[in-house]
Amino acid sequence: MIERYGQLMIKWRYLVIFACLVLVGLTTLGFPLRFDTDYRVFFSDNNPQLLAFDELEKTYTQNDNVMLVLAPKSGQVFSNETLEAVEWLTNEAWQIPFSIRVDSITNFQYTRAEEDDLIVEDLIMEAKTLSEADLTKAKAIALKEPMLIHKLISPKAHVTAVNVTIQLLGKNPDKEIPEIATFVRNLADKLRAKYPNIEIYLTGMTMMNNSFPEAVKKDMTSLIPMMYLVIILMIWLLLGSLSATFSTIIVISCSILGAMGIAGLLGIALSGPSAAAPTMIMTLAVADSIHFLVTLRHEMRVNGLEKYAAIIESLRINILPIFLTSVTTAIGFLSMNFSDVPPFHDLGNIVAMGVIIAFILSVTVLPALIAILPFKPKPETTNTVHAMDRLGEFVVKRRKPLMWTMAGTIILLISFIPRNELNDEFVKYFDETFEFRRATDFVTENLTGIYDIHYSLESGESGGISNPAFLAKVEEFAQWYRQQPEVVHVNSITDTFKRLNKNMHGDDPSYYRLPEQRNLAAQYLLLYEMSLPYGLDINNQINIDKSATRFAVTLQNISTNQMLAVDERAQKWLKDNAPESMQVYGASSAMMFANIGSRNIKNMLLGAVIALILISLILIIALRSVKYGLISLIPNLVPTAMAFGVWGFFVGQIGLGLSVVAGLTIGIVVDDTIHYLTKYLRARREKGLDSTEAVRYAFRSVGLALWITSIVLIAGFLVLSQSHFYMNESMGMMTAVTIALALAADFLFLPTLLMKLEKQ
Amino acid sequence: MKRLFILHILTLLPLIGSASVLEQQRLAQAIATAKTAQAKGFAIARMADYRDNGWKDSEAKMKMILKNRHGRTSTRYLRVRSMEVPGDGDKGLSIFDRPRDVKGTAVLTWSHSLKPDHQWMYLPALRRVKRISSRNKSGPFMGSEFSYEDIASQELDKYRYRYLRSQRYNGKDCYVIVRYPAYRYSGYKRMITWMDKRHFNPQKVVYYDRKNSRLKTLTFKKYKSYLVNGKNFWRPGAMFMQNHQTGKSTLLKYKFYRFNRRFTKRNFDKSTLKRLR
Repeated sequence: MIERYGQLMIKWRYLVIFACLVLVGLTTLGFPLRFDTDYRVFFSDNNPQLLAFDELEKTYTQNDNVMLVLAPKSGQVFSNETLEAVEWLTNEAWQIPFSIRVDSITNFQYTRAEEDDLIVEDLIMEAKTLSEADLTKAKAIALKEPMLIHKLISPKAHVTAVNVTIQLLGKNPDKEIPEIATFVRNLADKLRAKYPNIEIYLTGMTMMNNSFPEAVKKDMTSLIPMMYLVIILMIWLLLGSLSATFSTIIVISCSILGAMGIAGLLGIALSGPSAAAPTMIMTLAVADSIHFLVTLRHEMRVNGLEKYAAIIESLRINILPIFLTSVTTAIGFLSMNFSDVPPFHDLGNIVAMGVIIAFILSVTVLPALIAILPFKPKPETTNTVHAMDRLGEFVVKRRKPLMWTMAGTIILLISFIPRNELNDEFVKYFDETFEFRRATDFVTENLTGIYDIHYSLESGESGGISNPAFLAKVEEFAQWYRQQPEVVHVNSITDTFKRLNKNMHGDDPSYYRLPEQRNLAAQYLLLYEMSLPYGLDINNQINIDKSATRFAVTLQNISTNQMLAVDERAQKWLKDNAPESMQVYGASSAMMFANIGSRNIKNMLLGAVIALILISLILIIALRSVKYGLISLIPNLVPTAMAFGVWGFFVGQIGLGLSVVAGLTIGIVVDDTIHYLTKYLRARREKGLDSTEAVRYAFRSVGLALWITSIVLIAGFLVLSQSHFYMNESMGMMTAVTIALALAADFLFLPTLLMKLEKQ
Repeated sequence: MKRLFILHILTLLPLIGSASVLEQQRLAQAIATAKTAQAKGFAIARMADYRDNGWKDSEAKMKMILKNRHGRTSTRYLRVRSMEVPGDGDKGLSIFDRPRDVKGTAVLTWSHSLKPDHQWMYLPALRRVKRISSRNKSGPFMGSEFSYEDIASQELDKYRYRYLRSQRYNGKDCYVIVRYPAYRYSGYKRMITWMDKRHFNPQKVVYYDRKNSRLKTLTFKKYKSYLVNGKNFWRPGAMFMQNHQTGKSTLLKYKFYRFNRRFTKRNFDKSTLKRLR
């Protein structure tokens, strides 16, 4: 039947190519794909941390921001020139699209008393005209102000920031975010031109959001050409044929175009992780082509078949294994749909489509192209085959020590798994080639932290934020938080109350404490609200009912585990010391990322188990043996476990990218097992060889093919590990390691195990 | 604060007094013959200003309902008194009744067009009057979506004007004009106002922030006319402000409008604040 199919492919070769190209061409109607520009896409709609954060943002104000950080070369913020620049920038920042609030040291609403007058005004006005004494005074005020220090001004007063709160309309975020970023960058350039002695850095959640599409573009433009180069080089080295190289390039290019095009038609948007799809598809697709081409060459030069006959023979030998490995690989990737992180669904689905398209093209377009193009393999060099024979011999002879050494190594590596710690510091998703990362590093070193936790502290009654008991508790909580070593800044409404109380008593420092009566506090607040300018109100700190206040903590650059630990201590403090209404969970984008790793791993484990069951069933059917199907579990599972052990030993930190690796690698490593076990079983069943001879046979017949495809896969995923986006980098590295270990397991452990179990 | 309610202007007068008839004809003529959009816009504003001239003083009860993006609401109650000051911004006094914590707190404002307003606040808990020295007129009024600027009296020279078009809105023929704040510290770039042609009452105002993005929309509901000294003055029964950027909104409801309260300057000076009840 497959012969007849092969003949048809050759007979209708032009038509086959034409039809496939037309179909692939049609999918390109899905181009161009949208870009996701919001870190929130990493969270499913029912993610509890996202819901908590949404709730907070709906009650107060949005938390997205752009932070423009100024570092004067003089190291002195309180100079006429620098302050003039801050003043200028503060003013201009109101023009940033979707900005709703601008905070800086110049427009900080400084309140003071003058007899019975409450004076509310910008801390710094007309910076150009300030005298030395004015500057010194302003500096002293700013450095003493808990709202400013470590937030907008560094303790050394050498770096300052203008913080812009962004509220998107949400109609078109993939246009709105780049619009903001472009505007802000232009603004920064204007500032550089105007004030050449001041360095400016751009960070904040909005700038991070904008870095996602930039990461996608970076990956697309750097990894894909690199991947093409690797593939061309590899096929050329392996097969030395221009036609083979060309045909493979056509197959993989069409697989990518088709998969991405269909993704576009389905409305899938590109995000950081799905940017890895083309590279992965290329890697996996090229393996199909290699299997077909290696057999083809073998048939022509060893068995002396002419080209058409060799094409048919290669199809006959490969169509089933390629189909099986494609299906298992697709299942592995589809398991990503269990992830809690929607971009990974997209990645899994796009790659699964690409793998299936690659299979179809490898058994249609590839033979048709080879039938048309000249293909003359060079004479054989037999070194590699001999190497495989020697390897088989070595495994058979040293099977006992080998088995125990391997078992020991496996156990040793697996014992390192617990060294892995979950960590998703989202800033580090972007490497130093990103402007956002460099700016953020600068900010965390010199000014403030980028990770924060927010608490919506409830008083339990309308207007209750003025209740002295509540305020005292909030103040206690602030004091407690300020003592925590990981904390950089605490923003609490109590600081405002204390300042107002002092102002209301003629700026007497002994009144820098909380007001003692409820109505007094409420009236201060009313007075203060009345005197604030547009955009600088306190609605971002107090809910409309005046029953709750937002309490914000800024943290140092710490791992997400440490962050969760801080929040846990805070929860405990609240439980031990605060009334029930105040016992609320911390929420923030950082907290969302802090929880996503463990949530996702739990979901992905289920996905991986289901993928494993499905794949094992396929193996049992394909091998027609429950026993071998079960044996195959070992080489399928062990490499992933070992890889996590290796990771635990060398890196020790697991993020979102790695949480999906188990699922996706199972589908890939099983390919080696399928190839090895089919050959082994053929030797046992058809040729009636004993287990040691069958091992030798398996090495001779598929050793080289496994070696080659593994090298190709490892190379492909190593290319992916060159990504500037950490999720993809770690995913690529881990997958490469897993595939290498899978090869080792299939060559050095599986055969010894088979010989041990079947030794009669 | 001044007449909290009015934004601008108002009123149809029952053509009595030939002087006012003549003046109105002159103003109507100016609208009809204006050569430029700026002149026409200004003429419309002048007519509205003229129609709302002469009410002298008023008092009303106000209920303020705040709503956030969740739809959660919070309500405040106050009394508002106003007094017309010819040639300057009006004087206004707001006294808070509820919530309980701020009961008795009173805010006295002498508004001015282009200078900072004069503002005092009496804090009953402190038993003291504090003057607020601030150039800001754009901050939120009691945490609402209204800024002080939105509810203060709308003197002619606070803005530059431009006529845009005529349009039907809510079943009424309206002039649509743009106003550009002349006050340097305003929170807005411009406002577009729909003003009905019959009574010159604002029906809708769309506010644009300093970067010229649509910020919020104010709609006026349930206008009623009050006969004061032989002239009709129109006051809205409700004003609804929707913030488009944050999704929050505020509804102001007015009740029990009373005029001819015989207020004098002394009812609107600093020393009366403490004696209010």
